[in-house]
Amino acid sequence: MTMPNVISASFLLPKRPVRALVAATLALLSAALGSQAQEAPKLKIGIVTFLSGGAAGPFGIPARNAAELMVEAINNGTVPAPYNSKGIAGALIQTVVIDEAGGTTKQVTEYRNLVQRENVDLVIGYISSGDCLAVAPVTEELKKLTIFFDCGTPRIFEDASYTYLFRTGPHGTMDNVAAARYLAETAPQAKSIAGLNQNYAWGQDSWADFRLSMQALKPGISIVTEQFPKLGAGQYGAEISALLVGKPDILHTSFWGADLEGFVLQARARGVFDARKVLLSAGEPAIFRLGAQIPDGTIIGARGTHGLFAKPSALNDWFRKAYYDRFATPPIYASYKMAIAFLGVKAAYEKAAAGTGKVPTQEAVIKAFEFLEFETPSGKIRMALGKGHQAIGDNAIGTYKFDKAAGQPTFVDVKYYAAECVNPPEGVKSEAWIKSGFKGAKCN
Amino acid sequence: MRGPAVAIGLPFLLFCGLIAAGFLMPGWLRFITLIALAKGLVVLSLMLLMRAGLVSFGQGLYYGLGAYAAGLGVNLLKVTEALALLALGVAVAGAVAWVLGFLLTRYREIFFAMLSLAFSMILYGLLVKSSALGSTDGFNLPTPTFLGFAFAGTAARHALFVLTASVAFAAALLLHRYLGSTRGYLGEAIRENEIRVEYLGASVRGALHVKYVLSAALAGAGGALTAVATGHIDPDLAYWTTSGEFVFVAILSGTGSVAAPFLGSFVFEMIRTYAFAYSPNTWQMVVGATMLLVIIFMPGGLWSLFRRRPRLVTRS
Repeated sequence: MTMPNVISASFLLPKRPVRALVAATLALLSAALGSQAQEAPKLKIGIVTFLSGGAAGPFGIPARNAAELMVEAINNGTVPAPYNSKGIAGALIQTVVIDEAGGTTKQVTEYRNLVQRENVDLVIGYISSGDCLAVAPVTEELKKLTIFFDCGTPRIFEDASYTYLFRTGPHGTMDNVAAARYLAETAPQAKSIAGLNQNYAWGQDSWADFRLSMQALKPGISIVTEQFPKLGAGQYGAEISALLVGKPDILHTSFWGADLEGFVLQARARGVFDARKVLLSAGEPAIFRLGAQIPDGTIIGARGTHGLFAKPSALNDWFRKAYYDRFATPPIYASYKMAIAFLGVKAAYEKAAAGTGKVPTQEAVIKAFEFLEFETPSGKIRMALGKGHQAIGDNAIGTYKFDKAAGQPTFVDVKYYAAECVNPPEGVKSEAWIKSGFKGAKCN
Repeated sequence: MRGPAVAIGLPFLLFCGLIAAGFLMPGWLRFITLIALAKGLVVLSLMLLMRAGLVSFGQGLYYGLGAYAAGLGVNLLKVTEALALLALGVAVAGAVAWVLGFLLTRYREIFFAMLSLAFSMILYGLLVKSSALGSTDGFNLPTPTFLGFAFAGTAARHALFVLTASVAFAAALLLHRYLGSTRGYLGEAIRENEIRVEYLGASVRGALHVKYVLSAALAGAGGALTAVATGHIDPDLAYWTTSGEFVFVAILSGTGSVAAPFLGSFVFEMIRTYAFAYSPNTWQMVVGATMLLVIIFMPGGLWSLFRRRPRLVTRS
């Protein structure tokens, strides 16, 4: 119970009950304080992810599951080294979970509630780029440590700079830069590309990044058609016809969720996959659901070295097994990204706390978080951009192959790209960087 | 009939109480109250139409226009004064409504509802397609100045609250006066019997046109205030579910008084935020169940709680 509630309630009550209420509150408070003195300190984390709506199934729920798993594992100290101490700098995690649905006005309201009503110590959340853009300035106003774990738009740290805000997931530019590099290497004979993307910010940005990257890598490549059906359209007959008439060598789509599954089934029946390379830039979450229905040879990205692209390591092996044992489904990239956010927070808190044996102040955590490098199930993450607030990581693209004998999706011809090869250097905007022909990129 | 002293005095006391409460409230509650007041303006605009028998499922059109007018006012025209942004939102919404009014006032009932919805979805579609405006991601607004003063942090929040509360109070008071005038009562008359209104010498379409523009201006003000308070705008403001939410709150509130929309809007925001906090997976069910209970037990909306005695409404 917070003080304001007691005060506002006391206006409504006659005098005598007020005294009783105050006495009771004081008694409760002292009891609570007394019992807390013996317990370990607490770290209250607000978690915001889609629990309803179209993005809940493919991203929101897998992310929430990962959060649940990480909170329990960190509190019990069962995460492999270097994260095997109990809690975060000795503090046990408590969570408040909020649905990301309802639009930006609602999310700004709920962010304020988390900070000012629930008194959380930090917030981890946000899948939608719109929500990230809207919440970002509020983190500065309320001066509260906030970690964006998934949203993709590079605009967050390219258009502004923030003190209290960090993003542990690399932004969306590297998805399509890596995909373009992969196609330039594996399909050098391709002369034309086409795009099929949902008509909203994610689809428009993904296509722009991919088109500019292909034009930079293969000057003179022609664009056959750019299709922008609306988000959640479900039926793609007309778009598929346009693609079949145009006969592009490469088809790019950033579809996700039910749209992606619908498109794959409809396009496959009409032979879209037969004569060309089809790239599903965010296709990874669908592979376990669709299995053999995705044709072999489809090129798929996972927005980083997540999921099947994650290299074996103690951390990754533990995460995959713990996640599978608990939820009976393998973790997808949204799960990995949520786990990365928790590990980043743990690494930053413990770096700030080193040697003191106390939970560090927010200022100390922020200082420790800037330019932090930490190990994750997806490999090393470095807070290299946005004055040390925006992460970069390696990326991987692979060719899909369904292993019929094992009944498992797999990737062949996987190519890994170093973080500096697919992310712009500090201080350069993504679009300008791609147009400059990836000036300053370090590829091995 | 109550005396004029009570009619003016009581609301004014309420208004002063609200402003004072704004300074005492914790930050999160002040923000919710502010949003409730801004959205209350849109619900008020729906009430004005409902009294004339029209239900708009597209009030998001003017809410979104008001917000985008304010947003582009800051970012393109470099206007930083909050009152100027508000005026811009009202003017743009009013102007668009004046043009669309020539068409929309020819329709009634479901046809009016669907056509208004269609126009709001056209705006939504245009905004989504324009990547210069950030498409679905939208764009941010900096904190504006207030009468030339640039506040920061908590002071800016207080200033925004006082501005929004004042606009809401002024709008409610003016609309109350309007609804009590002959032109205002034409709304009920039109709802009951249009032919009789024409026989009495009034122009039904003219009266509806005025009401439609007024209602759009109110919704535009709500949109501009929400945009400035949230600091971010995106096309969802014009989406049909946003419009639907306003109709939902209008039904929850009831059309009994100009204060009802603000009360209903506040109650709705509070129910929703606590449902978010305490049942994050099933908050929609809590909101839906509340709506059902209100419809079943309070057909006149929340405002029927404040009625002195049930008024019998006879319809032909």
